[in-house]
Formats: sequence, structure tokens, C-alpha cells
Amino acid sequence: MLDNRRGDAFVAFEHVQKSYDGQTLVVKDLNLSIGKGEFLTMLGPSGSGKTTCLMMLAGFETATHGEIRLAGRPINQVPPHKRGIGMVFQNYALFPHMTVGENLSFPLEVRGMSRAERETRVARALDMVQMGQFANRRPSQLSGGQQQRIALARALVFDPELVLMDEPLGALDKQLREHMQFEIKHLHEDLGITVVYVTHDQGEALTMSDRVAVFNDGRIQQLAAPADLYERPENSFVAQFIGENNKLPGTIEQLSGDHALVRLATGEVIDATPVNVHEKGQQTLVSIRPERVEFKPEMMPPGAHMIGATVLEVIYMGDILRARLKVAGSDDFVMKMRNTIGQTRLEPGQQIRVGWHPADARALDPV
Amino acid sequence: MANALDPHAAIATTATGLADGRLRTADGKPLARALARSQSRARRRAFLLVLPLLAFILITFVVPIGQMLQRSFYNDGFSAHMPALGQWFDENPRGTDPDEAAWTALATDLEAAAEARTIGIVGTRINYDVPGTRSLFTSTGRQVRRGIEPPYREALLEIDEGWAEPRLWSAMRNASTPLTGNFYLAAVDRTRADDGSVVQVEERQRVYVMLFMRTFWLSLVITVITFALGFPIAHLLATLPMRKSNLLMILVLLPFWTSLLVRTTSWMVLLQQQGVINDILVWLGVIGGGQRLQMIYNQTGTIIAMTHILLPFMILPLYSVMRTINPSYVRAARSLGATSWTAFRRIYFPQTLPGLGAGALLVFILAVGYYITPALVGGSSGQLISNMIAMHMTDTLNWSMAAALAALLLGAVLLLYWVYDRMVGIDNLKLG
Repeated sequence: MLDNRRGDAFVAFEHVQKSYDGQTLVVKDLNLSIGKGEFLTMLGPSGSGKTTCLMMLAGFETATHGEIRLAGRPINQVPPHKRGIGMVFQNYALFPHMTVGENLSFPLEVRGMSRAERETRVARALDMVQMGQFANRRPSQLSGGQQQRIALARALVFDPELVLMDEPLGALDKQLREHMQFEIKHLHEDLGITVVYVTHDQGEALTMSDRVAVFNDGRIQQLAAPADLYERPENSFVAQFIGENNKLPGTIEQLSGDHALVRLATGEVIDATPVNVHEKGQQTLVSIRPERVEFKPEMMPPGAHMIGATVLEVIYMGDILRARLKVAGSDDFVMKMRNTIGQTRLEPGQQIRVGWHPADARALDPV
Repeated sequence: MANALDPHAAIATTATGLADGRLRTADGKPLARALARSQSRARRRAFLLVLPLLAFILITFVVPIGQMLQRSFYNDGFSAHMPALGQWFDENPRGTDPDEAAWTALATDLEAAAEARTIGIVGTRINYDVPGTRSLFTSTGRQVRRGIEPPYREALLEIDEGWAEPRLWSAMRNASTPLTGNFYLAAVDRTRADDGSVVQVEERQRVYVMLFMRTFWLSLVITVITFALGFPIAHLLATLPMRKSNLLMILVLLPFWTSLLVRTTSWMVLLQQQGVINDILVWLGVIGGGQRLQMIYNQTGTIIAMTHILLPFMILPLYSVMRTINPSYVRAARSLGATSWTAFRRIYFPQTLPGLGAGALLVFILAVGYYITPALVGGSSGQLISNMIAMHMTDTLNWSMAAALAALLLGAVLLLYWVYDRMVGIDNLKLG
């Protein structure tokens, strides 16, 4: 899906490398194609190179090697103000000495637009983010959420086709953040713009994006749609970075097509789906999502292996019950149960047997 | 008061009752008084803590400056020691020719002052207005002590013809009241004519207005130069990585830590006609050996040395403001389509204004009152008004004149401060 789109990609990174000190690479051979109208999120821990990639795209950093293209045109040598890319900054970067209206008018002024044209567009952009009556306020008189909306409106007011967002919701509280996620998503759908979004918040990435590029150590670890990323992580880093994850180290006992048997350190054998393991005897890390762990035999697929577990503690979290178990020698194995009327209440110290569908246990590289 | 729509006010009033329209505490005391009492202890302690500083400022700053300024309009050097003549001036209006009663009063006072050895003070006071009269008083005083006979007019004129001078009598009349505006008139090159009207002094004596203008003009020039030189340095300081900017900061502050005298002297070494810079220019062949530039002991020297000394006062406030300007503002402007020049002009520069205002005000005010540097490197064309004040303090001992000049300078600076406050707002000032 990605590679055959490379020819008509709207934004393309080709073999891009970036070094700040000439000693180490912050971005190591980045290849990424972003389609027109796509919402792509760069997700990763701090220092993974995601923001550097965004800054190279915006023109504030230059690529040490490789080529970045926008609408088929190489932009390595194009200064930022000629790229026509809208950008929303982490701290909003609203000009403190200008009113909201002047802030929005600024990109239009530098483009030499007439006053009437500017006023129409500013009013339209403010209405778009429901901030129509705030044109004469100063940014410092607005709340964080309102500043965020203004920053968004300013990045959109000159009709850019590509908008970059650098952790734009990082400073907002949880409720507002979730609300703004929907608003940004809707703006993206309504305006048909291409969005490149940088965040370290995986929830945000999964909620908003068409595709997510997971960065670590200067490389894209996986580039996939949110559901694929969560349910089918391709390596241990992605499995652990996205969502909660149980990991069981072991050795491949049997490998046949899309099914593998893994022998754990304590001798038990479990079912798993091989992902990036290739031969018998190889070390592996089996990753299982806590909500896919089952302890009732009737819920298990026929023939699936189950292993013994000891309940260490059960935490009541409202919508779910979270049990910490001792499984195969590791005592931070987590199982999540829905808090339904008939749910079995487990007690600490209780001995149970747990299992899972082989498709939910993914045998990955052992990190 | 309690707004019916404000839920908190409603709760408060129902909880405490509202007999006379004032909120009360639970035990019925007025709320405002209870609050004041609960805070008074903390306030007293805070006051005691600042008391030593307050006393220090009062004793070392407010009182001496106040006393000094008082001298500019109050001088009893004549009136306190010449009571009889003072009385005659009170009884006879301006324009009356001195009659025998006046001469008698003068002779009596002169004799008394000579006996009390205060004749010098009297002479000094009149000497401010009519130069060269101090010796007239002291020598006449000596002779009067030996005894003179009436009629006193003839007797005094016999001692010195100068006593007939109308200007002298006019000056004595002016000095007979301790309150006087004459020092201020003199400070703006004005004087009272014999008939009491205000006129300009002779052209060759007009120095103060010119000196005030020069002081303000040079201060403005120095402020502009420190801005032009300091702005890029402050920007560099604010944007360089920590280690390099610390090094640069030391270079900026180094002159601060060096004695003013040493710095000024090193400018002499550099700038004088046989100095380093002229030597280099001659060696390079830029100028001939006979055309060595006069860069010191004139206005140029004052400007160069004062710019150097005052530069940190511009850099530091600018730096402290620039450090707080997030680089994402300029980035945002660039991404919105502004060229780097537009981004600087429209976005970065306006945000440095609080620092620029503080730096400019600081440099200008310091420059207006600067004394030692112009005294050392200014020659005659680089002297400022403060040098004149110093001269009156130490050489002519005309402290009243010095005080009047200083008061005018202070007034001008306060006026400037007021204008700045009206235009920019003092709360926008950032000194650090």
C-alpha cells in the first residue's frame, strides 16, 4: 500500500539522514510517503527523531543526507516561508504583542492580501474554531484550550495543503485534550488537508490518525493504521510502546506456517503466532495484550494451551478489573476483565489457569 | 456589596447576618477589622525588617539630597548676617535710592559681621551675583572695625568707590530674603536686570543652556550607539549554547569589574594623538604622520569612552528579555510565510521593546549625570553639565548654583521618566 504510492506521494522522505554533531545520527535512513489528505502521526519517545523529521519538513532543520519532496518538488533548498506549510507549535507560539485577529491576519499580510480579503478570511477561520468573538483579545487573555484553537486557526487561515502539528495538545488537561482531538480530526476531514502530527501520546495517535509511524532510535519501527499497530505489532518495541503489554520470554519449540509453540523458561508450552522469528530454537518474546488473556476454559478455542497462574492482586478500576498474576516466573503479568454482573471475582492467592487465542500471542524478537 | 447573583456572597451573608450592611465574623466583629488584625502582625514584622533599609535611605539619600536641593532656592548667607540692611530693604520699595539710613544700616551690619567674622560668608553670597565683590566686603569690614565716622555714605565710599554701584545694591536687595529663584535663573542663563525684570545674561556668559543641550544630545547619541552595538550582542548571548554564552557574558561584564579610572585611562592610551590607534592608522598609511586624529579630549572621546562604559547597561536588560522570547515565535512567523527580515521586524523586535526601553532609559539617565569620564577624556568640548556642577561644588564653592543645576537635571530626568511611563508604561520595563 505504501510503496506503490510513492510515485504520487504528497510528502516523501527519501533516505533522509540527520546529524547535529557529525558523530551520531538522530534520523537514520528515513523513508516515508504521505498521501494527500492523509492524517499521519509520528509517534515515539522523546529523542526518537520524530520532531527532527517534522522540523526538516517545516524547513527549520536541513537534512544531512537524502531528499524531502512536497507535491513532487524537492524542498531541501526551499526556505520555510516559501513552503506554504501551516504549523501548530507545542506552546502555540501565538504572538503575544498582537491581538488574536492580528495573529491570524499576519500570514495573510505577508502574502500581500488586501484588507477586505484578510478580514473575511480571519472571520471565517475564527468561526471555524468557534472563536468568532475573540478577535480583539490578546493571547494572554485566553485559556489554554482557546489559545490552542487560535493556533489552529492561524495555521489554517492561509489555506495550506499541509499542516504540521508538534505535540499541539501536550499542555492541555485530559478532558480538553480529548475534546480537541475530535475537533482536529473533524477539521481534517472537513477541509481535506494533509496533516502530519507529532506526539508521544499513543492514545492521541490511535484516536486521530489514518496511519501512525512509530519512531525509535532514529528509525520508523512500524508504519500502520492504528488497529494494525495495536493488534499486530511487528516488533517488541512497538508491542511495548503501544498500549499495555505482557511479555513472556521463551524459545521456539515448533514452527509451522502461522503457528508456533513456545517453551517458556519455566518449562510450560504456549501457543503463539510467529511474527519476526524464523527458526526453531530461536529466542523470542511473546507479547499478549492484557484484555485478551482468558481464565475461563469455555472461552478458549479448542486445543489451545493453558498455563497455571497465581493471583497476586486485583485492582478495581470501575469499568474493568485488573488482576496482576504470577505466570511462568514473571510476577507482572496483567489480565483485564470486564466489570460485568456475572464476572467471577478473583481473590489474591487463588490458583487459576490462563490462556489466549494463538493469534493474540505474538512471538517477537527478543529485544 | 453582596450581589444577589453571586452565590458566595449569598452564603456569606446568610452565615453571618447582615445587620448594618457589613459582613461580620462568626462572633460578630466586622470582617474588615478582623482581617486587618489577623494580618497586622505579619505586616509589622515586614515593616521592622525593612526599617534598617528605610533608615539608611533616609539618612544617606533623602536628607542630604533634600538639603542640597534646598540650597538651590534658600540661602541665608546674606540675610542672616545683615539684619539692619535687610530691614531697610523691607521698608523701602525697589528703586529707592539708598539714603543715609541705608548707609548707616550697612555700616552697622558690616561692623557686626566683621566682629563676628561672618563677613566672608556675606561677601561670598553677594559674590555669586556680582563677581569680584567678596574682597570688597572683607576689606571694607576690616576698615570698619577700626572705626569710621558718619556720614557713612562718604565714609564707605572713601574706603571703596564700588559701594556706589547700583548692581551691588540690587544684588544685596535680592539677597536680603533667604528665599530666591536667582540660582535657577542663572542656571538657565538668565539674570535679573536692575529693575528686577528677567533678562538673558551677556552672550559670552551663556554656558548652562548650551551645556544642558550638549548633555542631552550626547546622552541621546550614546544611547543610540549602545543600542546599535548592544542589540546583536544581547541576541547572541540569548541564543548561543550555554557554555559559549557564559564566556561571552564574562567578556561583557569584564569592563564592569574593572575600575572606571583604569578603563578611562586605557582609552587615553588608545585614543590619544600619539596613541595606539593613531600609530596603527599611520603605520597602515591610512593617514599621514602629520594628520593624526584628535580622538580624545573632545566630544568624540567622551562618546567613545562613555559608550564603552554604559554598554553593559543596555546589553543586560535586552539580554534578560531576549532570553525569555521563545524561538518558536520566529519559527511560527517563518512558517506563516514571513521572510526572516519580516519575522525579525514584526515578531522578534517588538517583543524586545521592554528590554530596549529599560536599557535606553538606564543608559540615558546614567549618561546625563556622568561626571568622571567626561572630566578625564572630554577636554573642553566634551564637558557635560555634571562637570559644571562639580566645578561649583569644589572650585567656586557656589553650592546653591550647583544645587540649582542638579535640580534642573533631576527635573529633566523625572520628566523623561514620566513621558516614558505615558508612552510605554513603566510596568513594561524589564531590568532583569
